Amino acid sequence: MYRYDEFDATMVRERVEQFRYQVQRRLDGKLNEDEFKPLRLKNGLYLQLHSYMLRIAVPYGTLAVRQMRMLAHIARKYDRGYGHFTTRQNMQFHWPKLVDVPDILSELASVEMHCIQTSGNCVRNITADHFAGAAADEIEDPRVLCEIMRQWSSFHPEFNYLPRKFKIAVTGSPNDRAAIKFHDIGIEAATNESGEVGYRVYVGGGMGRTPYVGLLIGKWVSKEDILAYLEAVLRVYNEFGRRDNLWKARIKILVNALGADEMRRQVETEFGEIRASGSLTLPREEIARIEKYFAPPAFEDLSDASEEYEAELTRNERFADWSKTNVTRHKQPGYAIATISLKELGMTPGDISHEQMDGLAQIMDDFGYAEIRVSHEQNMVLPHVRKKDLPALFARLDALRLGTPNAGLITDIICCPGLDYCDLANARSIPISQAIQDRFADLKRQRDLGEIKIKMSGCINACGHHHAGHIGILGVDKKGVELYQIQLGGSGAEDASIGDVLGPALGPAEIVDAVENIVETYVGLRQNGERLLDTVRRTGVQPFKERVYAAH
Amino acid sequence: MPLIKGGRFVEDAFVTVGDGDPLAPGAKPIVSFERFRKERNALLERNSPFGVRLKPSDDPALLHDDIERISVVAIEFPTFRDGRGFSRARVLRSRLGFKGEIRAVGHFLYDQLAFMVRTGFDAFEVPQTFREEDFQRALKEMSYFYQPSVDGKKTIRELRATR
Amino acid sequence: MLTANRLRDGEVVWWKSGAWVTSLAAGQVFLDPKDAEAALEAAGAFVRNNVVVTPYLFDVRVTNGAVQPVKEREIIRAAGPSVRTDTGKQAGLARSEADV
Repeated sequence: MYRYDEFDATMVRERVEQFRYQVQRRLDGKLNEDEFKPLRLKNGLYLQLHSYMLRIAVPYGTLAVRQMRMLAHIARKYDRGYGHFTTRQNMQFHWPKLVDVPDILSELASVEMHCIQTSGNCVRNITADHFAGAAADEIEDPRVLCEIMRQWSSFHPEFNYLPRKFKIAVTGSPNDRAAIKFHDIGIEAATNESGEVGYRVYVGGGMGRTPYVGLLIGKWVSKEDILAYLEAVLRVYNEFGRRDNLWKARIKILVNALGADEMRRQVETEFGEIRASGSLTLPREEIARIEKYFAPPAFEDLSDASEEYEAELTRNERFADWSKTNVTRHKQPGYAIATISLKELGMTPGDISHEQMDGLAQIMDDFGYAEIRVSHEQNMVLPHVRKKDLPALFARLDALRLGTPNAGLITDIICCPGLDYCDLANARSIPISQAIQDRFADLKRQRDLGEIKIKMSGCINACGHHHAGHIGILGVDKKGVELYQIQLGGSGAEDASIGDVLGPALGPAEIVDAVENIVETYVGLRQNGERLLDTVRRTGVQPFKERVYAAH
Repeated sequence: MPLIKGGRFVEDAFVTVGDGDPLAPGAKPIVSFERFRKERNALLERNSPFGVRLKPSDDPALLHDDIERISVVAIEFPTFRDGRGFSRARVLRSRLGFKGEIRAVGHFLYDQLAFMVRTGFDAFEVPQTFREEDFQRALKEMSYFYQPSVDGKKTIRELRATR
Repeated sequence: MLTANRLRDGEVVWWKSGAWVTSLAAGQVFLDPKDAEAALEAAGAFVRNNVVVTPYLFDVRVTNGAVQPVKEREIIRAAGPSVRTDTGKQAGLARSEADV
């Protein structure tokens, strides 16, 4: 993975001192809260329901061993012993004190970590496919471009006061595991007619109050030109994005107001000028230099079949259960990708204790080529595991309560912190996800139901990505009562779609029954191995709506 | 308002005038973009330095034909959150080749000064409480930058290449 | 009642007779909206002095001497996360000024 040189390290250190000075001026009153807020947001610091919340960047979802250990240390020293992984591959701590944050940032800087631009009206953490560098279906490792873009966007002098936040995601595979079409800019590695690898650039995807699927604006952009192209999109957005209405300020509104053709025309006019100036041409040597950091580890020459793995599958049912859902094919023979579920039944989705973090750090060293990933589905991934090590790995994960065998199943719920933590929330989300998990606790039943992606948000800001859920749940507040609205048929993959609202919002007691009714309807209607998503798309929502609201 | 240029407080040789105000002979006015569009010839015929003040929505590209006759372009920040001024300055400097003074006026923070210098601003109308040391300090907070900058300083990539 | 967050550590606090307390039960209940507004105005001084941020008023119900916020949000704010009863004020983890 990328390692800072003296320039990167200096920037992060100086940023810490810059923020320390900002905190000092705030405490002295030289900055009022209105002036301080955008400055602290640009260092990932929110004020939430109970306390401040600090969002730490995990660039393209990749962590090294010492970074994992540092997160555990910060959880212990400055917080309450646990952290939360988000749908943007970042880490959040719920209980830091403002006065401690400069020191937290300083400790993070010592392991090449930071909170730069994890909030605020600027380019945020750039996310990538969590199987990057390991997946067999990959055209290229998306993290190379992500690192190049991270440097291009960090402390960008022109784009730090945008109309609103700006989120970018990258997939290196035609199978989109990064939900790129729901980002302000989504980038897909793709070859042109000559077989040259370049990028398709989608613009204007987003969740929130007005969800949109991104439109293909850059049909194919070469590697040499990609930064100039991105700069052009940002400049058009900076100039023409709305600043009069918070709910209409994202680029998705601009793209849909102009239409794809006009948006493309404006971007390409600007792109032409920037390209002609040559200032943002990305040289081959720079790409090659960054590529070296993401070179695959020194894989052993193994046969794809592993006796130890096969034997354990036969004799250890728990291991077999886990393998079915949490082990994915690797491009290298004899290796596998292991998904570590952070969705233990009855726990908070995406939360991880300091003990688990330390345990994982050791596991990363022992089995994982010293690297781990965070997925936007709030799970973790060990991208390179020898198949023969899977049994021992599982035993270690299981002992840490990180061996839940539910990746992609109905209890693998993506869920925002909701009203239990968040100042913006209208309703609690975590208890509902726990109740759903409880209803479907039976593993055999979960497996029979197959891939079902439930995504849940506690408010319209959609941090739980509910619009992209096969079953999406949105918490609302109606006259002081927490209610839950269901959407069906959303998808964050390359077949991106926004779920359709099923009907009136339901109470907490009814919502779990409703999910069960939806699932039973699916079971009754499914054909030819369809997933729930496929059935919904085939039949429409009507049969599901009828079943859910039959009692009303 | 106090004006900082070249890191020091300087006398403001220019005067911002309202749209209806007369232009005193010998004065160096800064007029609104609107007024410049309407009274362009009269202003040019004075053969005397003048400036144009842009709101964030005013497109500097429309100054293209007269760019060499303008001494000052003042760019407004109606609130510090409105980041359009950064793009305006950048385009003025690098695309339109403007060599005169780009002045930041309105509401902006100490914490934005370094970004402003890198996008092409070289003069700043600051509050009475502002000190020269604040300006110096702002520019020293970050030693390097990744992005090309109009102030000619080397980017990190260029520094890496010359190591 | 009147609530805010402490600037230095983000702790949730409630107004009581010109000062701030860290538990809802110890806070002041205003029966007269005029008293509530007056307190909100007085809280402004604590904002200007960089002690607290974003003070605001919210409704409570008093039943047999027990004070209960009307809105779920304020109930959770007073107690801590409903899903982690081992932390937050409900677990006795309110920070005193001395901790900051």
